[in-house]
Amino acid sequence: MRGFRFQRRRLAGAIAALPKTIGRSWSWPWAVVITYLLIMLVIPTAAMLLKASTLPIADIWRIATEPIAIAAYEVTFITALVAAGFNGIAGVATAWVLVRYEFPGRRLLDAVIDLPFALPTAVAGLTLATVYSEVGWLGEPLAPFGIKIAFTRWGVGIAMAFISLPFVVRTVEPVLRDIAIEIEESSWCLGAGPWETFRRVMFPQMLPAVLTGVALGFSRAVGEYGSTVIVASNVPFRDLIAPVLIFQRLEQYDYEGATVIGAVMLLVSLALLLMINRLQAWGGRYESRDA
Amino acid sequence: MNLATLKGWTGRLPWQWRFGRGSRARSGDVPWGGMVLIGAVVIYLSLLLLLPALNVGVQAFAKGFGPLMEALSKPPLQHAIKLTLLMAAIAVPINTVFGLCAGLVLARKRFPGRTLLLSAIDLPFSISPVVAGLMLVLLYGRNGWFGGALADSGIRIIFALPGMVLATLFVSMPFVAREVIPVLEEMGPEQEEAARTLGANGWQTFWRVTLPNLRWSLLYGLVLTNARAMGEFGAIAVVSGAISGKTETLPLYVEMAYKQYQTQEAYGAALLLALLAIATLILKGLLERTGVDRHGH
Repeated sequence: MRGFRFQRRRLAGAIAALPKTIGRSWSWPWAVVITYLLIMLVIPTAAMLLKASTLPIADIWRIATEPIAIAAYEVTFITALVAAGFNGIAGVATAWVLVRYEFPGRRLLDAVIDLPFALPTAVAGLTLATVYSEVGWLGEPLAPFGIKIAFTRWGVGIAMAFISLPFVVRTVEPVLRDIAIEIEESSWCLGAGPWETFRRVMFPQMLPAVLTGVALGFSRAVGEYGSTVIVASNVPFRDLIAPVLIFQRLEQYDYEGATVIGAVMLLVSLALLLMINRLQAWGGRYESRDA
Repeated sequence: MNLATLKGWTGRLPWQWRFGRGSRARSGDVPWGGMVLIGAVVIYLSLLLLLPALNVGVQAFAKGFGPLMEALSKPPLQHAIKLTLLMAAIAVPINTVFGLCAGLVLARKRFPGRTLLLSAIDLPFSISPVVAGLMLVLLYGRNGWFGGALADSGIRIIFALPGMVLATLFVSMPFVAREVIPVLEEMGPEQEEAARTLGANGWQTFWRVTLPNLRWSLLYGLVLTNARAMGEFGAIAVVSGAISGKTETLPLYVEMAYKQYQTQEAYGAALLLALLAIATLILKGLLERTGVDRHGH
């Protein structure tokens, strides 16, 4: 509690000191940065939060906790958590394979990892919807078993897994590369088996990076719109996610509904950003030892 | 305040990690368990990335070259291409100027609130694009803060080009700054100070000393900014209204064509965007070899 109050005081101090610092070190780059951030970030964010707060508290609560909104949060957050969590495991395996083994096609695999960053999300949604549809390459073999992927919640999960895949791989890879081989060797020499070495020696060193990657992937998956809107059927209570709900509210000119749910999502993003910063600082402890 | 210690901040985001620096193990070294692991990873990546990526090419050419060309020459698609290029042509220079200014301010000066500013630059990464679009609608839309004033003066921002530009600027804002700041930190102020003692003014110092040192990382940031600017969907979908032939960019066209069962058109546009993605990945790889990596770990 004390730590929190201390932090808040420093934050307030920093904000209060801003005008003074700006005055003291005036220069053109300063002016550009402050003006741009004001126009692009501060005013829009403030506009939305203020607009949301002009509503009566009871209304805010009612809109934010409508059954359809609750269902949308549930689909968004739980599916994103499962997708990001699964990629936590798959990402560690991928990073391990890329760092530890040499095999034909390794460089191609390495390059493909970045595809979700480079491929526009609309294209990702389009091709995933085709490939995983009932007549698609990967959906057709599953159809006889009654498993539908595209246009169900599974499709949302696949799209979220697609866009959150690179995060864990790219955060864990360098950590894994920097772990001194001697540490692992001494564990072997002291009689630990492969599993024990991984669990007690390697994994603790990778953990901050894994958690950072999962949090980044989760944050991205929660906000994702382009690929999920195409691959899902967007039916409320089934596979409607919160960003799509905001979009639908806007289309119906329900600005209050859109604003309140948007504010909820914005606050979640801010909390996630804070958490990711903390995780990266924690991971930095490990990094600084090598540097 | 510790919103972000700089150590945490300069810790790169995943798309900034450079790939292809060689594995540690030698070939022929792979144990039995490793083979299984490689197999599992290859299968997972094939199902999730490789096959869907391959599918774009296959579907685009499914009916042959002629129908693809015909689809690509349709006026709405042509217009979408032009609009997408225009978005990038506006967003990339503006965000480059911003990124450079942010670098000069945040890497060269120490002031209270600096870490707060660093975190603020990261915000567009974590805010959902739909929420970003919504914020613009609430500001410039008919019932927005500036809506009345804008309507009086006859300026349209939402459902028109300016709104789309603002949305693109928002989502592609951090890339250049994120690349440039760590390089400037690493470089240190010594060279610039030397230039200044030798009589160079601020502009000359920037143009002759700072900028040449930044060139590769700046280019890297440009590539990423460009990819994001051309590929943005969510934020633009909210503010543009996706009016065919007017405010429809390529990603919006892909969705619209798909919804109207114009598969050939959808995949034709998707192919163009996929080529953009491949070009981005190749450029990224090349730049990583030329030496953006110097300041890496």
